[in-house]
Amino acid sequence: MFNYQEFLDTINRQAYHEGEFQWEEDGYVVTRTNHWSPPGCHNSCGLLIYTKDGKFAKIEGDPLSPFVNGKLCVRCLDMAEAIHNPNRLKYPMKRAGKRGENKWQRISWEEAFAICEREVRRVWDQYGGSSILLIHGTGRNTGPMTYFGNCALKTPNIATYGFTGFACYLPRLFGAFAPVGDYMIADASEGSALRYANPEFKAPEVLVVWGNEPLKSNADGYIGHWLVPLIQNGTKIISIDPRLTWWGARADYFLQIRPGTDAALACAWLNVIINEKLYDQEFVEKWCTGFDELAASVQEFTPAWAAEICGLAEEDIIASARVYAAAKPASIQWGLAMDQQMSSMSLNLACCDLMAITGNLDVPGGNILIRNAFNAMNIELTENAIPEEWRAQKLTMKYAFGDNAEEFTTHAASDAVLKAMESGQPIPIKLCWIETSNTLACPSMDVGRVYEAFKNVEFIVNADPFVTPVSAAFADLILPVSMSAERDSCRTWWTPLRTINKTSQYYEAKSDEEIMLEMGRRLNPVYFPWKDVIAFLDWYMTDCTVPEDPERKEFTSTNLRLEADKANRPTNKLGFSELSQAGGFAYDEWNAVYRKYEKGLCRPDGSVGFATESGKIELTPIMYEIWGLRPTPYHIEPPESPLSTPEKMKEYPLILTCGGRSWEFFHSENRQMPTMRELHPEPLVTINPHTAAKYGIKDGDYVWIENDHGRFRQKAFLSPTVNEQTVHAEHGWWFPEQDGASPNFFGTFDANPNNCTKAYETGPAGIGTSIKCMICRIYPYKEGDKMPHTVVVEEGGFFQYTPGQGY
Amino acid sequence: MKGILVNYEFCTNCHSCEVACKKYNDLPIGEYGIKVTELGPWERVGKKGTEKWEWTYLPALTKACNLCEDRVAVNKLPLCVQHCQAWCLYHGEIEELVKKIDGKSRWALLVR
Repeated sequence: MFNYQEFLDTINRQAYHEGEFQWEEDGYVVTRTNHWSPPGCHNSCGLLIYTKDGKFAKIEGDPLSPFVNGKLCVRCLDMAEAIHNPNRLKYPMKRAGKRGENKWQRISWEEAFAICEREVRRVWDQYGGSSILLIHGTGRNTGPMTYFGNCALKTPNIATYGFTGFACYLPRLFGAFAPVGDYMIADASEGSALRYANPEFKAPEVLVVWGNEPLKSNADGYIGHWLVPLIQNGTKIISIDPRLTWWGARADYFLQIRPGTDAALACAWLNVIINEKLYDQEFVEKWCTGFDELAASVQEFTPAWAAEICGLAEEDIIASARVYAAAKPASIQWGLAMDQQMSSMSLNLACCDLMAITGNLDVPGGNILIRNAFNAMNIELTENAIPEEWRAQKLTMKYAFGDNAEEFTTHAASDAVLKAMESGQPIPIKLCWIETSNTLACPSMDVGRVYEAFKNVEFIVNADPFVTPVSAAFADLILPVSMSAERDSCRTWWTPLRTINKTSQYYEAKSDEEIMLEMGRRLNPVYFPWKDVIAFLDWYMTDCTVPEDPERKEFTSTNLRLEADKANRPTNKLGFSELSQAGGFAYDEWNAVYRKYEKGLCRPDGSVGFATESGKIELTPIMYEIWGLRPTPYHIEPPESPLSTPEKMKEYPLILTCGGRSWEFFHSENRQMPTMRELHPEPLVTINPHTAAKYGIKDGDYVWIENDHGRFRQKAFLSPTVNEQTVHAEHGWWFPEQDGASPNFFGTFDANPNNCTKAYETGPAGIGTSIKCMICRIYPYKEGDKMPHTVVVEEGGFFQYTPGQGY
Repeated sequence: MKGILVNYEFCTNCHSCEVACKKYNDLPIGEYGIKVTELGPWERVGKKGTEKWEWTYLPALTKACNLCEDRVAVNKLPLCVQHCQAWCLYHGEIEELVKKIDGKSRWALLVR
């Protein structure tokens, strides 16, 4: 049984140098700091970094930091293999030879910056800033990227390019903002520095783990293992997942749902909870609007209806709904799979409605409202720093496709960008700045099309610690990026506010922050007045008021969420060095308070209620209609499935789901690390043993996974964790040990499920995707089979298509 | 006598204990000071809910393990215990450790 106070008493605080930021120990210099990226993830854990003679030597967790209490994952523990990796980029490099030859010539930073500046200005002059695309990834130090894109590159077109349907996090963020006014995460005491010792904290009676496997993913600023102590102390589990996980194996209810049908289950839960009056009536009457509309809308969504769609037993749907509703408190650990369904926004709304009507919002052990600590790093919108004619060419679904829906987020839509890049319509993309994204190996749906589209871009700069497939294929310039331990940085997302401290230098590597600052100085100095990174961080951590520019006009974004966020001004006063010296982290007061809506903490004017227009939770939010969405939950069947395309099931009899996480990798990262590959040498497709036998596949065989779009190869891992109808494939794989030049590009196409995914296929209003719920067939690989890299690079792809158009 | 107590009901197989130890002791590929073994997953016929699946992990110490005696000597935690993300490893005198066994979940005592 977990006892946090006993753990705290166990720690000898003097042995871990409490109160000290840096000290000497056994010939090492030890620095207390936090980690972020690269290589990293969505979190930022307390660390002790050991350096010797200014070089990184070793690492361990910091037991004095309450974020993870010194408990690092294997990726952080393997940091030395990343920092000292022989594949690392040491200097800026200019392409020598043709694109794709993976030949490089060393240049100086001065030359690199000059080339970048020249190319950006050329594109401004010839096409406009909107023809510049800033591509970033996830989890890395992407906070200032929007500022960099808008204020330095002068482009409104910033995207996690390749990611159709905004299908990562944004549907949940905005899907929560519309009804509730804030985002919510499962409470595991993380809002307070006291953690589990917080006398106000209460463990949930029931935890629903839905749409993610949090122990491996640790997504969105959340540590999955925060939940394990709760389970040790008696919290019951409902696991909703196509795969059996650690959670499902310990669950009172393991609902092995057919991929892509979660919205049907959510609707049925609402049906049961509402019709049996299991909801928190007092909370609904006092704090919610739209209940009658919601109740009416879910009447057709019976458990029997959902059972057939989801492949679940009707009685389990009913019983689990009752267990969730009856628990006080209950929480939902929700995740990425919510965003990767055609019903994405509907599903996210349904989850918010469930949290709300059961009265589990912002209560101890429920789903707590969460904001960045001290509202730090909440830079106001900067699109108005871009000349108006360029800003008007933001690649939204509305601008590119004529969709009748207002802007959903600050980002350009990936499909709009792909259309522009493929066809030059409505505008061409002429320069790509790729920083923090391994674009070909990881995010790109329809990766073959993305590969072809990049050929139309005149100039591409890639900032990365390593040469990646996208660098090898397309970069004209590569900039060497510092690892986390080699940079000064900072972050919230969510709490506490943290500093990341530079402890060593690798050859000529620079941090993303340094690169953005230097380019900003050259391109648009009024917005980049800081003399160095520390000064920039001091600004970013404190008031972060955008520097004055007489040419910048006031403007109101059509994005209501971001407009509302203007009211949340930063309150932190500690600069970078002060916070580092003070321990490297600071928890704010706001996030530690429960029932903020009763205390006037949510709304800008200090009145009670939620940060919505009405001050109440809008169970059927009006904002959904503004975004072109139906304001009540419902289910959309995947485009290809046993129910929507039964005629295709004979040829493609299995469900293909992708993207489950592993301990060793963060998306495409860490494939270079010997210890991580020791634990996880190859991409694995998980197949039920009975299914494998049917297709003549043995454990460890190479297997083709194929649909009507393409195929990829992975190694068979036979396991009863998937049912007989489903296979699960891994994502993000490339092979740094392989040839990086054309056509192989480190093997990035060969094991890539994105040979099967589709761009231009989204849920309503351009949001949501079906990448976790495809159909496929599997069969043994034979020596000599044509590999996907040959098809994609040399033969023009798996299928014919019209550039700029979908299917 | 000192040992490691494992509340292995809750081990998640996150490998942190393995890699923390491996790095500290500079063990080559394929060698470990602590290694987690896997039981299952198998479905238990006729069982429901929490009793339906057996899928459990249990760490074992190898001869390379010295219980981090040099760290313990300066009042630090053994690295496997410090990095156990599932909060299921404890270090101390075995007489004290056995008192934690609560009869509600599964435990094992590891000694070197």
